[in-house]
Amino acid sequence: MKKFFLLLLIFGYAGLMSAQQHDHDHSHEGHNHTHEQHDHSHDHSHDHDHGHDHGHDHSGHDHSDHSHGHSHHGAHVNDCGDEIHDHSAEFNPGAVAFHHISDQNVYSIGPIQIPLPCILYRHGAGLDMFSSSVFKSDSHGNGVMAHNGYVLYEGSVKRIRGNFQEGTVDIGHHAVYGKDIEVDGKKKYQLYLCYGGNKYMVDNKSTLDGGLFGGGITTFTDFSPTKNVVAMLIVCLLLFFVFRSVANAYKRRGEGLAPTGLQGFMETIFAFIQDDVAKPFLGAKWEKFQPFLMALFFFILGLNLFGQVPFLGGANVTGSLSVTLVLAVLAFIITNVNGNGHYWQHIFNMPGIPVWVKTIVTPVEFLGLFIKPITLMLRLFGNITAGHMVIVIFVGLIFIFGKNGANAGAAWGTAVGSTLLTLFMMAIELLVAFIQAFVFTILTASYIGAATEEHHDHH
Amino acid sequence: MTGTVAAIGAGLAVIGAGIGIGNIGAKAMEAIARQPEAVGDIRANMILMAALVEGAALIAILLSFFVG
Repeated sequence: MKKFFLLLLIFGYAGLMSAQQHDHDHSHEGHNHTHEQHDHSHDHSHDHDHGHDHGHDHSGHDHSDHSHGHSHHGAHVNDCGDEIHDHSAEFNPGAVAFHHISDQNVYSIGPIQIPLPCILYRHGAGLDMFSSSVFKSDSHGNGVMAHNGYVLYEGSVKRIRGNFQEGTVDIGHHAVYGKDIEVDGKKKYQLYLCYGGNKYMVDNKSTLDGGLFGGGITTFTDFSPTKNVVAMLIVCLLLFFVFRSVANAYKRRGEGLAPTGLQGFMETIFAFIQDDVAKPFLGAKWEKFQPFLMALFFFILGLNLFGQVPFLGGANVTGSLSVTLVLAVLAFIITNVNGNGHYWQHIFNMPGIPVWVKTIVTPVEFLGLFIKPITLMLRLFGNITAGHMVIVIFVGLIFIFGKNGANAGAAWGTAVGSTLLTLFMMAIELLVAFIQAFVFTILTASYIGAATEEHHDHH
Repeated sequence: MTGTVAAIGAGLAVIGAGIGIGNIGAKAMEAIARQPEAVGDIRANMILMAALVEGAALIAILLSFFVG
């Protein structure tokens, strides 16, 4: 009986996952990052022709086949003379993985898409505020309308470079596409819009990563509350209500009574952080920094766990560098503002070593000031992002082996194995969520403790 | 070519992580065998050290993703 239910659960879950992913079985011709993620080695059913057909005017070609869902293989040339691939026949696991772990301007839970407000600032021109429902996006997050020169591509807002008409314009399906081009010797994935026979370049939002992840300052800045922001607000509200009910339980039930229920559960974790992290590392002044450490721990834990639940949209918040950067910067500021004289002396003028050694130690210590928060940021980001990507790729295996619907038997067979692997990975991810929150907190506590340590004579 | 080299780099990083965490686990097992009543302390410290080592490896893996 138990085995029956277990098998039912596994097959049911596999069916549910493949049904949910049904919308995503179109190929994406890459995505808006600079690195190459095209994985065509598994696809033997048709050939790919990355021909660049700029500057030609194909007047007599047929472009009637814009429908997807058919088994039409191969590429066709659009109005602007570029070859774009038919999206229904390929599956690009790298692109799908990146799409699922990146931030979006629509909140999508399966097939339901909740539009979020867009607050966009054009460099040199003004602010645009509207809801992302004006883009009338399909289930992929590709919008069919352009508004004030903005388009929605794979869930993110992009801007059309050059003079595009104001107001809302119908650009149709698959109007925005991407091509790999060479810019200054580096490969770049550039998006284009083909509308009315003209080809426009389409920009991503400005990022401050200096081109490391394909970013840089572009024609607009995105200030909108995106999926990550909504997820953070939800987690904050959730934490507020949980802790408020725990605090009320203490007030209502009085001291001396053993805690029960939610109060007991939260008290275990709270006391663990207080007794094993705050007090040992912070010494005498632990009460001053305990609220910060607690907030850090529960915020990161809540965000990690929120990103793991697929039914809440899978918002990968801690897997975005911006969020972890802010947390690391906060830790950096609090550590250094509370640094006492001995802390700074140990960095710039470490006592007890000869002068010529100091010339080596001082730059290293100064760099260490910055490297410690940077490692905090990258550690949390890397662990969470890697876990999410592995899970998405395990599910993507179903589509790779099933050749995107062509081989249903292989797809079902892979679904069983892939589901088991995914469940296993998700169990590990639960553990990683706790561990990463704990490690971030304990390292911050140790840095603050080192900064506020009382002087003890060790010379 | 860049993609292949990046993948090799990621693999090497994982070798380092594997060796490091394996050592931590081995020493933790020995310590627990020597003093079973300290198992709680040892487990907490083992997890902390493993997370730090894993962090370094994951940074390398992520860089290889974005470079290659």
